[in-house]
Amino acid sequence: MASESMSQHGDHAHPETHAHHDTGSIKVFGFWVYLMSDLVIFGSLFATYAVLLRGTAGGPSGADIFDLPLILAGTFLLLISSFTYGMAVLAMTAEKVKQLSAWLIVTFLLGAGFIALEIYEFQHLIHEGYGPDRSAFLSAFFTLVGTHGLHVFFGLIWILVVLVQLKTKGLNDMTRPRILCLSLFWHFLDIVWICVFSFVYLMGVL
Amino acid sequence: MKDAPASHGSVKSYVTGLILSIVLTIIPFAVVMGDMLDTAPTIWVIVATAVMQILVQLIMFMHMDTKQEEGWNFMSFVFTVTVLALVVGGSLWIMHHLHLNMMIG
Repeated sequence: MASESMSQHGDHAHPETHAHHDTGSIKVFGFWVYLMSDLVIFGSLFATYAVLLRGTAGGPSGADIFDLPLILAGTFLLLISSFTYGMAVLAMTAEKVKQLSAWLIVTFLLGAGFIALEIYEFQHLIHEGYGPDRSAFLSAFFTLVGTHGLHVFFGLIWILVVLVQLKTKGLNDMTRPRILCLSLFWHFLDIVWICVFSFVYLMGVL
Repeated sequence: MKDAPASHGSVKSYVTGLILSIVLTIIPFAVVMGDMLDTAPTIWVIVATAVMQILVQLIMFMHMDTKQEEGWNFMSFVFTVTVLALVVGGSLWIMHHLHLNMMIG
């Protein structure tokens, strides 16, 4: 606490700036460790899905229900949003708050588009009678893809919170590490999605 | 701040990452949707492009390398991948044998 108030008065002193850079990077590293544990959750869900893949109980298999053009569209939205968040981080390091907010809004819209496509897909499947209660395969499918979707949804809320904090608090030693953590979170979700579209959707229709 | 350009990338590295991601997404989708190859080679194409694309994300977007935080970022990643290999590989191995021995499904 003491060093935090000190640095606001003597922000040109080098040792303090360095100390602040360190606390920030420790926060980001801690978040990285959280992401690694999240990766284990997704790993277990992928293992569950692989084990239950053939448990269709007379219902549809992946090849019957997966709509690849829709998945390709969602994939592009998420991929491009990963890039736009990267541009947001570059705007942050260049201290351009307006540009940073603009890139965050673009990222939010792309992420929201992805979620909209996923909700459409889920609603369509449930409407056809292929909900998570139909078979073990569909339970595992909805759990895995839904958990990823829920992560993206919380990522969207986080982007909104960061946008509000940029307006009220500006870019400082508190908001900066948060934006970097969210950056890791967002790229991490893209990595999980690469595994989902490769191993669930593409291999599912073979 | 002196290490900022190295740890946060540049416009060039992000654009390169985006183009690589798009190419590595189009290849497996084209192979599957266009029915271009047999099943076995198709699986190899999907796995290879997925691994490459994950590396693109990790290195060009998340800036993972062996130097950050004295290598602890990288070490924790290697540890997690090891755990994942045990969890996923072990589950599939055990359940496959259970499936054979119980003759269920």
